Amino acid sequence: MAKKITLPLTPELAKTLKAGDEVLLTGTIYTSRDAGHKRMCETLAKGDPLPFNPENATIYYVGPTPAKPGQVIGSAGPTTSGRMDAYAPTMMSVGARGMIGKGARLPEVVEAMRKYSGVYFGAIGGAGALLARSIKKCELIAYEDLGAEALRELYVEDMPLVVIIDSEGNNLYELGREEYLASKK
Amino acid sequence: MREIQVQQIIDVIEKLCIDANNHLPEDVKCAIKNCRACEDGKIACGVLDNIIENFEIADNENLPICQDTGMACVFLEIGQDVHIVGGDLTEAVNEGVRRGYKNGYLRKSVVADPVRRGNTGDNTPAMIYTEIVPGDKIKITVGPKGFGSENMSAIRMFKPSAGLQGIKDFIIETVETAGPNPCPPMVIGVGIGGTFDKAALLAKKAIMRPLDTSNPDPYYADLEKEMLEKVNALGIGPQGFGGKTTAIGLNIEVLPTHIAGMPCAININCHVTRHKTEVL
Repeated sequence: MAKKITLPLTPELAKTLKAGDEVLLTGTIYTSRDAGHKRMCETLAKGDPLPFNPENATIYYVGPTPAKPGQVIGSAGPTTSGRMDAYAPTMMSVGARGMIGKGARLPEVVEAMRKYSGVYFGAIGGAGALLARSIKKCELIAYEDLGAEALRELYVEDMPLVVIIDSEGNNLYELGREEYLASKK
Repeated sequence: MREIQVQQIIDVIEKLCIDANNHLPEDVKCAIKNCRACEDGKIACGVLDNIIENFEIADNENLPICQDTGMACVFLEIGQDVHIVGGDLTEAVNEGVRRGYKNGYLRKSVVADPVRRGNTGDNTPAMIYTEIVPGDKIKITVGPKGFGSENMSAIRMFKPSAGLQGIKDFIIETVETAGPNPCPPMVIGVGIGGTFDKAALLAKKAIMRPLDTSNPDPYYADLEKEMLEKVNALGIGPQGFGGKTTAIGLNIEVLPTHIAGMPCAININCHVTRHKTEVL
């Protein structure tokens, strides 16, 4: 049974989530992927503010397809998170706590998650048409020149996610596979 | 010589780009549904249900199945008795892609330079693979290729002494390394033989081959079956959350090669294995 959670992702809320939990997420999230993260980290290095308040923020690694007339957003599934590993610890150091994506993360990201009570959620890769249904509002907030990679503020309702790595560093990619293989012995 | 206007090619490619991105081939849908029926992983069943729901939404509402609408890989089998008239063939293919990605509301995911980057804004250029074949027709296949899975592909130049075991180990190692990154369940294309570049092309052609077909050589048909079973015994499962369905298909294509070598390329694709074909 999926657990309903409402953002912002405070440290208290983050600590209640465990690897393998299926959740339905409601609240405001921000989209960014490779080029957007590079620019945000350059902005932070210069001491400038980000285009959104990172405190307790959740970032969705996604580059959606263009919305058709009448659509809030086009197809919008997750991209491979590992490409954001170089930037994720910096983002967490300024308060961002949630990440939504798919695929493995580096040990230094998991280390930063332990330090800052971060949570890594998985959305189903390749299910962009289905995931778009939970996105109720979409507003472009910065980096318009990056096209699909621009920063967007989304409001999502009951977005279906799974906790892949929790704030203690437990990892569903390891646990789920081990559990499955053990059940076959 | 039969004449074919470039305008016809532009129109077909535009349509194929949109159709391929919105409608999953029947053989792929069928493979996913069959795997769902056999799956017993805890989270895995729900994941496969969502994947099925997703391609049904895409089908019914004409939406891209996945937001990574890929690089447009365009395969042209051009009959030697065809005369293409009215313009430049490469430009026609790119114009078709440009229109398809614009009019189909597909994502533009191509950068102009691999190092200096910079989005081209229209998803061109296409990756074009041309073959001259007998006849007076042109067979056009568009296979949009996402890069979450492309990035997990691999090639190795084996010594012949590595033998069949070397290839088997390489397939398992590549799938293990890919893990959850390429959005499993995957489709695995294996190309063995030829040269360095031809092995990679064979692997790409292998992922385009329908999943309900086998290699015509029983030796490789058996190897396809054996390796699919071995991959699915790894327990990676849908999305890497644990389960039986790590891959929904594994196709092998082969070519003769040199006495000194045994190239092997593995092209990884996700469950959104897209391709649409039309003959002019």
